[in-house]
Amino acid sequence: MTRASTSAAARLAEAAPVFAALGDDTRLHIVARLCGDGPLSIVQLADGASVSRQAVTKHLNALEDAGLARSSRVGRERIWELQTKRLSQARQYLDQISQEWDAAIVRLRAFVENQEE
Amino acid sequence: MSPNTDRIQKKILLRAPLERVWRAISDSKQFGSWHGVEFDGPFIAGAGMVGKVVPTSVAVDPEVARSRKKYEGTPFSISVERIEPMRLFSMRWYPFDEESGVDYSNEPWTLVEFRLEEVAGGTMLSITESGFDAIPLEQRAKALTSHEQGWAAQGTLIDKYLAMAA
Repeated sequence: MTRASTSAAARLAEAAPVFAALGDDTRLHIVARLCGDGPLSIVQLADGASVSRQAVTKHLNALEDAGLARSSRVGRERIWELQTKRLSQARQYLDQISQEWDAAIVRLRAFVENQEE
Repeated sequence: MSPNTDRIQKKILLRAPLERVWRAISDSKQFGSWHGVEFDGPFIAGAGMVGKVVPTSVAVDPEVARSRKKYEGTPFSISVERIEPMRLFSMRWYPFDEESGVDYSNEPWTLVEFRLEEVAGGTMLSITESGFDAIPLEQRAKALTSHEQGWAAQGTLIDKYLAMAA
């Protein structure tokens, strides 16, 4: 099996900061909250998290740099939401390898279920 | 949407005895047969091996066979980790196409685990590939530059595979 037969080199390079941004437990937690609860303020995000508002702000800025989150000002508050398009791009590279596994499994199944040794 | 970008998991019921599935995975010749790789020796726990891409023994669509043809002879490096008969076979590999002459030994490799379990009607096989988050994306991108085949084309081929299996 050859892996990752794709011409998407440019898109891979583009996704690098996405993977880096997700490689942190606190940021993953923030992404999960924004995913499940929709747009939230920093105060709401810091509530229930074991980190300070300053730390949450720092992580949100990292997510914004990676194109994973964006903020808008609502009154005196800044509300953060996920940029799901970027997240789905990050998933695509894994989906591709996942599909190659599916194809390999089809061959393995034929091999063990139909072929004589 | 799951934010997990580190691992892929597959769980499948194969209608074949445990011993049959174990040999298909842990015997380097049999593994190579369905996977389309030729190794020049047996799998040994802790040992690294370099095989090369060859046609699979399992009959596939002519279009798929053609698309694979250009990869024939490409090196395929693995490092066998654990061999626990009838239960677990694990290895590490570099999860993207390799180019001749590039040393991938210092790159982070993904861990592939095959876990087998005897169940009513056959064998339950769990395949997990993990460690994608550790691989620098820029290096993947560089390794992929030479490939022309697009995502969409690959998707179509896989649909055909799945239709054949249905």
